[in-house]
Order: sequence, then structure tokens, then C-alpha cells
Amino acid sequence: MLREYLKLGALALLVLAAFLGLHNEYLFNVLTMVGLQVLVVIGLSLLMGYAGQVSLGHAAFYGLGAYVSAILSVRYGVSPLWGLLGAQGLTLLLAFLVGLPTLRLRGHYLALATLGLGVIVEIFFKEAVGLTGGPSGLVGIPPFTVGSLAFLSFHQTFLLTWSLVLLALVVSLHLIHSPWGRALLALHDSEPALRSLGYSIHRLKMGVFLFSVALATLAGSLYAHFVTFISPYSFTFLHSIEFVTMVVVGGIASLWGAVTGAVFLALLPELLTRFEDYEVAIFGIILIMVMIYSPEGLIAGLEKRIWPYVRSWFTGIPFYGSGPKRSER
Amino acid sequence: MILELLFSGLVNGAIYALIALGFMIIYSATGVINFAQGEFVMVGAMLTAWLAGRGWPLLLVLPLALAGATLTGILTERFTIRPAREASPLTLIIITIGVSILLKGVAMLLWGKEPLPASPFWAGPPLSFFKAALPRQGLLVLGTSALVFVVVAAFFRYTLWGKAMRACAYNRFGARILGINLSGLTCLAFGISAALSGLAGTVIAPLVFASYDMGTMLGLKGFSAAVFGGLGSAGGALLGGFILGILEALAAGYLSSAYKDAIAFILLLVVLFLRPEGLLSPEKMEKL
Repeated sequence: MLREYLKLGALALLVLAAFLGLHNEYLFNVLTMVGLQVLVVIGLSLLMGYAGQVSLGHAAFYGLGAYVSAILSVRYGVSPLWGLLGAQGLTLLLAFLVGLPTLRLRGHYLALATLGLGVIVEIFFKEAVGLTGGPSGLVGIPPFTVGSLAFLSFHQTFLLTWSLVLLALVVSLHLIHSPWGRALLALHDSEPALRSLGYSIHRLKMGVFLFSVALATLAGSLYAHFVTFISPYSFTFLHSIEFVTMVVVGGIASLWGAVTGAVFLALLPELLTRFEDYEVAIFGIILIMVMIYSPEGLIAGLEKRIWPYVRSWFTGIPFYGSGPKRSER
Repeated sequence: MILELLFSGLVNGAIYALIALGFMIIYSATGVINFAQGEFVMVGAMLTAWLAGRGWPLLLVLPLALAGATLTGILTERFTIRPAREASPLTLIIITIGVSILLKGVAMLLWGKEPLPASPFWAGPPLSFFKAALPRQGLLVLGTSALVFVVVAAFFRYTLWGKAMRACAYNRFGARILGINLSGLTCLAFGISAALSGLAGTVIAPLVFASYDMGTMLGLKGFSAAVFGGLGSAGGALLGGFILGILEALAAGYLSSAYKDAIAFILLLVVLFLRPEGLLSPEKMEKL
């Protein structure tokens, strides 16, 4: 746990440094969007890495968070905080109904059900024009406010988003290191052993699924209030796939890996925009390459290939490392 | 009206069934759900529309489009699935997602974002049948798929490779012990599966406009049909495809055309909740 807190501290310092040091509005906006995706991916990583279940519909929960918050505040004048809670209620209920029959089955049935739900929700966003604004989207969403505190500038939204990311990480890390989290890990090894200890596997999986849905919904609600305009094209099946890809590219069994994967893949399109039309194809190639050459994830792969090399540079330094000196190699 | 709806449902159903069959073949041979399946359809459709648009004769266009799709499938297997064959199914599935994104990106570069039209292979006014107008291209689609299903069924039943594939679907490890060449089999599965999907793309190119992003929805619907039928049997894929096509047509005709695309996924959820092993599968699911 100490190591985890050191990493958390490093991330907190990084966020603080960015908050104080950066003056570029565009960069803040990008980093806020990255943070929201990280929030989704933290939950999904718990679901995939610890409960061993895949959701192919997380963009739909993200989208429902955005749409419910937006509709409640634009059409019914509900305050953003209550809208956010309303969105949570709806998506958690939906997730519960989808998880109830499918999480009882062995195999990836949750993936299929969330895929179905995701596409239905996507079609609903496009077709229920009276409620959602249809393909042209929903405009005029008020900024996020808590009481008299309003999050208006890119600075403020950045800080709010990344504070929530840190909070989500703290909660998730404690979950992983709690008896509950260890039980989840045991799920991969021996279900009978887990059962004999009195854990309900079904409930464990459901708990993680609901937690991940809650995080995705929260990120969606914030997205709607930050961007103040939403359209169905931000919450498609391909976005769900992108979330799953972030988890897998980062390394499925590691929360920090998933966070890195999310940051890497969220920033990649920004870096690739200079290639314009080639962007999509290059994205595909990178994804295939990472999966073929480093299926355990980007972080683990780098660690395995680069780290021994980096360490060899330090072995000549007295009192550091125990390998042979550089001159002897 | 009902007859015309049923007919258009059957035509779409045949397409879904072809795609579902493609999913099933790859799933049987490798245990992988191939998310690039819809892109194989797109390659077939784009090649057809593009070559026909350049005034090439149909007799040349059709084999070329089919060959193109088949080649795409084989290259996919050789260059992305084979190098990672030791990896977990989830990794392989993500790789197929990467392939799907790559194929879409390449198609967009080659043919642009504008949809390409194609003229029907069998020109002329719709045939009338009990006062219902049946488009000729639709009849062509039905005839072709019927023929293909017979050929595929015969392949699985009577040829050595077909039997090897069934053995592999039943028990991969056992098949290997019997000396079945799994690498070759996987390649063959991708080839056949892509050929079937390419054919689906070729025959519907005149019915819908071919575009670089047409594959996603078609792939997902074909996948729903495959799950509906149980993912393990050709008969299930066939049945799933046709039921989906007909329900969709009826829903578009009588309920709302806006939500017709949702039918496939509502069906998917219903089947998962009520009978997750699929319509035709005899085994019961194991519950936790």
C-alpha cells in the first residue's frame, strides 16, 4: 500500500505542477478530456482485471451520464449535482438489470449483453429527437456547479477532474487491497475455494460492475457540463471499444497500467492529427502491434524490454545495483 | 405489403446469415470473435462498387471482389492472428478490433468517404408475384445464398478439411493430437469466413450504397444473429439470420423505421436473458 501511495503522491504532484505551470487553454482542455476517460478506464480496469468480465457498452453508460444530466438540467432546470445523482440512479438500475442474468453465467455473457445495450442506447440517442435533440445533439448545457461554486474555466474543470481521478484511484486501490479485492483476485484461480470461504461470486462481480458503471456515469455527467454540448456521435460502440482497448493496452491486470493506457491512447489521436487521413489506419496498426508484441500491456512490456537496459547503465555506479560493471560487460 | 416486407426481410436475413456463418466458422476454429468480420463485408462491397463503377464487366468484377475479400481474410490471419497465437482470446479479439480499424482507415484512404453506388447485376423492373413487387437483385441474393449454404454444408459434412474443422470446434486439443494442422486450419477458416462475408458484401452493393464504414453495423447485426443461433452451428446461424431479417422488416413496416436497427440488439438481449446457450444449442448453460 505504501508503494501505491507513493505513486499516488507522484501523480498528485504531476497534476499540481500542470495546474500551476501550464498556461495553455487548449492543453488544459485536452488534459481534462483525458482525465474523464481515465475515470471511465479505472472502473473498467477493475471490472476486466479483477472481476474478469468485459463490458462492451461503457460508452453507453458514459453517454447516459451525459444525456441524463444534460436533459435534467436543460429541460427540467434541475441543478447539476442532482442531475448527476439522477444519472447515477438510472444507469445503476440499468446495469443491475443487465448484470443480474448475465453475471450468473460462466463466460463472457456480460460483454454480449452490454454490447447489445450499448447499441440500443446509441440508437435511442439518435432517434428520440424530442428528448435528446437527435443527431444534431443537445446544446446550452449549464456549467457544473456545486452550491455557489461554479466550474467555469479550463483550469477549474481540470483540477476537479483530476482530483476525482485521484479519489477514484485511492478508492480502487483500497478495494484491491481489501479482503474484498483479494477475493476478486482469487476468482481467477479457484472459484470453489472462494465459495468455501463464503463469498458470493455473483455479488462480487455485480459489485465491481456497478462501481465501474458509476464511475463511467460520473465522467459522462461531468463531460456534459464541461463541454456544454453533446451529440450521439461521442458515445458510439467504437468508443466502448476504445475504453476496452485502453485497459488492454495498458495491461489488463494492473490499475496503473490501465491509467497509462488511457492517457497514451487518449493523447495518441492528438499526436496523430498531423497525419490527417492516415490517422485511423495508423491507430489500427499501433493497436495491432502492441497486442502482438506486448500482449501483457504497454507498461509490463516496456518494463520487460527497456528496464533491464536502463538498469545496466547504473550498474557501474558504486553501491547501486549488483550486476557486472559496464567495462566488464 | 406483408409479402413485400417478408421478402425484403428474407433478403436481409440471407445477408445476416452469411455474416453470422462467417463469425461461426472463425469462432469454431479459433475461439475468437472476429470484430473485423463486418470489414470483410465492406471490402467485398467496396471492390464491387468501385470496379463496376469503372465499367469492368461483372464476370470479372465478382471474382475479383471475392478474391479481394478472401485475401484480406488470409492476410489478417497470417499477419495479425498467427504471430499472436499463444495469446489469450481477449488479446486476439482486441487484435481483430485493431484490424477492423485498420481496414476501415485504409478503405477511407483508397476510396474516400463518399458512398459508392453500384448498378444491380440483374437489371429490369421488379418481378410481380401475387401482386407483390420483388426486386430482381433481391432474388439474386436469395438464390446465391441458398447455393452457398448448400456448398458450405457439404464442405463441413463431406470433406476432410470440413471434418477437421468440426473436430477442432468440438475439442481443439483433441484435434491436435489427431494430427490436424491447426495453423493451416485457422488460415482456411479465415479465408472461408472472409469469402462468405465478401460475397455478402458483393451481392448487397447494389442494394445499399457501399461506404468505408458500412461494416460496423452489418458486422454487429451478423454477430447478434450468430449469438441468437448459438454461435456453434451453421443451422443456428442460418436461422438466426433469417429470424433477425424478418423481424427487422416487420418492425420497420409496422412499428417504426427509426428503431429498426435496434431490433437485432433487443433480440440479442432477450436471447441472453432467456436462453443464453442460443436457440439451437442443446446443452444447458452452467450457472454460477
